[in-house]
Amino acid sequence: MALFARQIQSLRGPAALATQQVRLASTEVSFHTKPCKLHKLDSGPATSVTLNKEDALKYYRDMQVIRRMESAAGNLYKEKKIRGFCHLYSGQEACAVGMKAAMTDGDAVITAYRCHGWTWLLGATVTEVLAELTGRMAGNVHGKGGSMHMYTKNFYGGNGIVGAQQPLGAGVALAMKYREQKNVCITLYGDGAANQGQLFEATNMAKLWDLPVLFVCENNGFGMGTAVERSSASTEYYTRGDYVPGIWVDGMDILAVREATKWAKEYCDSGKGPLMMEMATYRYHGHSMSDPGTSYRTRDEIQEVRKTRDPITGFKDRIITSSLATEEELKAIDKEVRKEVDEALKIATTDGVLPPEALYVDLYHNTEAQAVRGATIDETIVQPYKTSADLLKAIGRA
Amino acid sequence: MSSSRALSLLSRNGSRLSSTRGKAHFTFQPSTTLPAALQSMEKSKMNLMQSVNEAMRIAMETDDSAVLFGEDVAFGGVFRCSLDLQKKFGKDRVFNTPLCEQGIAGFGIGVAAAGATAIAEIQFGDYIFPAYDQLVNEAAKFRYRSGNQFNCGKLTVRTTWGAVGHGALYHSQSPEANFTHTPGLKLVVPRGPIQAKGLLLSCIRDPNPCIFFEPKILYRLASEDVPTGDYTIPLGQAETVRAGKDLTLVAWGTQVHVALEAAQMAKEKLSVDVEVIDLQTIQPWDEDHVVESVQKTGRLIVTHEAPISSGFGAEVASTVQKRCFLNLECPIERVAGYDTPFPHVHEPFYLPTVHRVFDAIKKSVNY
Repeated sequence: MALFARQIQSLRGPAALATQQVRLASTEVSFHTKPCKLHKLDSGPATSVTLNKEDALKYYRDMQVIRRMESAAGNLYKEKKIRGFCHLYSGQEACAVGMKAAMTDGDAVITAYRCHGWTWLLGATVTEVLAELTGRMAGNVHGKGGSMHMYTKNFYGGNGIVGAQQPLGAGVALAMKYREQKNVCITLYGDGAANQGQLFEATNMAKLWDLPVLFVCENNGFGMGTAVERSSASTEYYTRGDYVPGIWVDGMDILAVREATKWAKEYCDSGKGPLMMEMATYRYHGHSMSDPGTSYRTRDEIQEVRKTRDPITGFKDRIITSSLATEEELKAIDKEVRKEVDEALKIATTDGVLPPEALYVDLYHNTEAQAVRGATIDETIVQPYKTSADLLKAIGRA
Repeated sequence: MSSSRALSLLSRNGSRLSSTRGKAHFTFQPSTTLPAALQSMEKSKMNLMQSVNEAMRIAMETDDSAVLFGEDVAFGGVFRCSLDLQKKFGKDRVFNTPLCEQGIAGFGIGVAAAGATAIAEIQFGDYIFPAYDQLVNEAAKFRYRSGNQFNCGKLTVRTTWGAVGHGALYHSQSPEANFTHTPGLKLVVPRGPIQAKGLLLSCIRDPNPCIFFEPKILYRLASEDVPTGDYTIPLGQAETVRAGKDLTLVAWGTQVHVALEAAQMAKEKLSVDVEVIDLQTIQPWDEDHVVESVQKTGRLIVTHEAPISSGFGAEVASTVQKRCFLNLECPIERVAGYDTPFPHVHEPFYLPTVHRVFDAIKKSVNY
C-alpha cells in the first residue's frame, strides 16, 4: 500500500510535464514522458516523443478493444459461460499496445497467463479469444487450451506455470540470433515470477551468449494477493538482472512504453545482448476471476488509479487536448469496438464444442496414427485424427 | 480404425455433459465406520479444508518446532486450509514464501534437516515439478546417502491434487506416480475429512519425508462428523470401505467415491458384490490387505484419475498378478485417465467416471 502511495505521489509531480506538448506539424504532436530509471546504462530512451494522428487513433482503438474484450470476458465468467481460470489485463493495456507499437515483423513475444490482450494484438480476432475462453471450436486453439494457452504466429503463448516462459524466451532469442535476424524476443513475466529460479538461469544464459531477449517484468504491484514488498527482497525489478542492464518504464503511459521498447530493441538488434525492463503498471481486477482483488488492497486505491493513471483516459486526454483527435472521432471508435466485441460474444456463446475425438489429437507429431492406450477398458484406440486441423476438416469446420 | 465401443462410451459420458456441467462427477460418501478408538471421541461437522486446518493446528500445538510455509498461507491460503494459523502461532511459525517451488522444497528440506518440523505447501500439485529435483534427489535420498547421519524426516509437503471440474491442464493433475518411483518418500492421499486429519497428523509426525496430496474438489464438497481430538491414522494401511465377495475395487482419494457408486450400481444392476478398498497410503502401500481381498474375490480393478500408462494402478496390478495368479478369475483391469494431458473442455470424457468403472466390473464378472 505504501508503495502505491509513493508511486501515485511521484506521478502527480510530472503530470504537468506530461501534458506539455509542442505542435510540430498539423497532424503530429510531441509529448514529454516520464524519464526512465536506468540500471547500468549511461543513456536511455528519449523523454520527448512524437505522435501522429494515425497512430494516436490506432493506439486508442487497440487499448479500447483490449479493455472491452476483457470486460466481456469478466461478464462471461460471472455468467458461468467461462469456467476455470481467467486472468484479466484491464489496466495494463498501455504495456501491450506500447510494446507492440515498437515491434517489427519477426519479433516474438512470450508471456504468462494474463495473455488475452496480447493474443489479440498479435493477430488473433476478438472472436478467437473469447471463443477460446468459452471452449468453442471458433476459439484460437479450438477450445483445447482455454484462457491460459492462446497462440499466434511468433506469439508463443499463453503459459500457465509461472516462470516457465522465461527460459523459453531466451531460447527463441537464440534461434533469432542463429538465423541472423534483426529481431528480439519479448519475454514477459510478472512481479511474482521475478522470484523464480528460472529467471536467474535464463538471464545468465542470455547475457553469456548475448541473446536478443527483452526480459520484461509487468509489475502490477501484486503477485496474486501478495504485495511486492512482501515477496521480494528487492522490488527494483529492472535491476534484478544485475549484470544485465535495465530500464524502469512508466507502464501506464503508452508513449513511454513505445519509446522505451524502441530504444531497447535497437540496443538488442545491435548485438549488445539482453535487456531487462520493468513496466510499472496496475491491474484493476483481482489476480483472476476467483479473486475479488479487494482483500489485499482498498477499493479507494483501485479507484484512485482509475481516476489518475488510467492508460486509456490518460491517452485520450492527451490526444484531445493536443487536437490530434476529436471527442467525436473517439466516440465513433468506442462504438465500433463495442460492436466488434458484441459480435464476437455472440459466436463465443453459441458455437459448438469439438467432438470427443479431440481429446486425443495433437499428442505427438507422428506419421502413423498413434495408439492411445486406455481409451476403453483394455482396448487401445488408434487416433482417428492426429491433429485438431484434421479433425476440424473432417467435421467441415476447416 | 476407431472403436465404436469407445465412441459409445464416450458419448454416454458426453450426454451427461450438458446436464451435469458444474456438478461434480461423483457424490461424496461419508465414512460409515470409524476405528474403535475414534468412535467414542466427540465429533464436529467439518469439511476437508477444516479438517486439514485442524490437523495443522494440533500439530503446531503439540510440537513447538513446527512451522508452516508456502505461497499465500499467511492469510489462510487460497483454499483456506491455513485459516487463522498465523494469528494463533505467529509470523515466525506461519509465513509466506515467494513464488518459487524449488526454493520452497529445498528450504523445507533444510529446515527439517536442522531439526524443526517443516510443513511446506505447494499450492497446486501441478506446480510441484520445479520442486521435483529437490524432492526426488535430495529429500528422498538424504538419509540413505549420509548413512543415517542426516535426514529430513521432519518434512511434510502438502499439495492439492486431482480434478476439480474446470481445472484444465494445470490445476487438475494427480502426480503421485511421478513420486512412487522414488524410494525414500512416503505418499498419502485421503478420501475425506476424517482420514485427512488423521493421516496428515501421521505424516507430520512420521520420521520420513512425506507428500500429502489433498483432493481439492473435496475441500468444501466433503463434509462429515470428524472426531475433534488429537488422533492419527497409521500410514501404510489400506481400509476396506465396502465389503464384498465378488470383485475387489482399489482406489484412493476422490476416486474412492466413484468406486463406491460403481459398487452400488453393480449390486443393483448385476447383483455383484464389490469390495472397495481405499489404499490411503500409496507408498508404502498395503499389499497384504489388497492381496487378501483378491484371494477372496478372484477379481481386481484398480482405478485412478492419472493417465493409465505407468499410473500407480500398474504397480498394484503387477504385484497382485504375481501374488494371486492362481486366484484370479479374470484379467486385472485398470480404469484410469487416458494417455493425454489433462484436457480443457473434454474433462468429462477424460475422467474415469462411474460408467467406465461399472463397465469394467461388468466385463470382469462376465469374463
